[in-house]
Amino acid sequence: MARIRFTDNLQRHVACPSREVEGATVREILDAYFTGDQQAARGYVLDERGALRKHMAIFVDGAPIRDRHSLNDPVGTEGTVDVLQALSGG
Amino acid sequence: MSDRLHVATRKGLFILDRNGGESWEVAQTHFLGDNVTLSLHDPRSGVGEGATLYAALDHGHYGVKLHRSDNGGRDWKEIGVPEYPEKPAGYVPQTPPMEGSEYDWTLKLVWALAPGGSEQSGRIWCGTLPGGLFRSDDFGETWEMNRKLWDDPRREAWFGGGADVPGIHSICVNPRDPDQVMLAISCGGVWITNDGGRSWELGGKGMRAEFFPPEMADDPNIQDPHRMVQCAAEPDCLWVQHHNGIFRSTDGAASWTEIGEAGPSTFGFAVAVHPTDPATAWFVPAQKDEHRIPVDGKVVVTRTRDGGASFETLSGGLPQEHAYDLVYRHALDVDETGDRLAFGSTTGSLWLTEDGGDSWTTLSTHLPPIHAVQFEKSEQGAL
Repeated sequence: MARIRFTDNLQRHVACPSREVEGATVREILDAYFTGDQQAARGYVLDERGALRKHMAIFVDGAPIRDRHSLNDPVGTEGTVDVLQALSGG
Repeated sequence: MSDRLHVATRKGLFILDRNGGESWEVAQTHFLGDNVTLSLHDPRSGVGEGATLYAALDHGHYGVKLHRSDNGGRDWKEIGVPEYPEKPAGYVPQTPPMEGSEYDWTLKLVWALAPGGSEQSGRIWCGTLPGGLFRSDDFGETWEMNRKLWDDPRREAWFGGGADVPGIHSICVNPRDPDQVMLAISCGGVWITNDGGRSWELGGKGMRAEFFPPEMADDPNIQDPHRMVQCAAEPDCLWVQHHNGIFRSTDGAASWTEIGEAGPSTFGFAVAVHPTDPATAWFVPAQKDEHRIPVDGKVVVTRTRDGGASFETLSGGLPQEHAYDLVYRHALDVDETGDRLAFGSTTGSLWLTEDGGDSWTTLSTHLPPIHAVQFEKSEQGAL
């Protein structure tokens, strides 16, 4: 199973603990994660179209994803998905 | 008379209470550190401990959220937010977007919140960027877009004023007939429904847009009303602080008369109308659009009591040198008596009057930048 982790900054607004979830793409992993108690976190990461919010970033095994809309970037079974802010400025 | 004032700021929501005597103090702080772009007290819920409040937050990275309190601010819960529909496949706007490219159909900002009629429990109207009107009938838990307005081809011709995309910032619900709702849009003029949103008319005849070529300046659909307010006792009477001046309507927003002179300037963002006297209104003027600072560095309020025929410039208690406070469209409010007003500025100053504007008291000069102020009001005269 892949591991998904969220920026600490987001925990201030909504609970999103690290988890291990099933999925072969970023989309599948997020869909699997944003259920039950973690449903509320979905709108903080994705917009109503399901695309990654403009100022958010996702890394798979340390590399930024290419597909911010469909989120079809592949994730290996032992992969790590990091969800964080796309910081700009200081 | 209202003894509670809500101040939505770049760094939180502050609720001020009037203590004995005449002092106002911050009694509650909420969402400290977060950008509270707008708040709403629902007058149908009463005032004080049992009041229903709404707060719109813009988290930037994490998007726009709405929260509601059912106990006067003690506890808050996150509720639903308006969601835009999916663009139809192959959608191409009939009117080329002014911004050069078609914007995403996603929520950018909650720019207006207004309670429905007294018999419409749970109904809240919400205006957004980009250009959306939404309605909730369950206290904001779920929202539905008004497709009639969104799908009107004239909507595509709206464009941003002060933002990259157009937005609905003023929603006036007729207290006598809550199916009549009037909107003001930057930039998209004034729109009216008489059937609760099933059909829409473009009002705003008489407004003029200097920022367009002269042949187009009278087009009602390109107007930039910065703020529209409605007299609660006489809902056919409305005032608009427009990008190009001050306008008044006495026929339910269908047609407008320009007010040519109003103290130091007719430019500004905010306007408030007396709840029972439609001829009395207040403005906070600024040097016109390319500067957006108080004229000569003096913060003043202008007031008319005769429908705009004449204006007084009120400065008692307000800073009169090197003051660069700008007052945004939602940052001036009047209570249900018409005697008490408050306004807040982009530099975090907050002023209040108890005598209709003749004299002002400084409540703070160091709050975060203020987006909106609103008194808690009883239902009567709440608009």
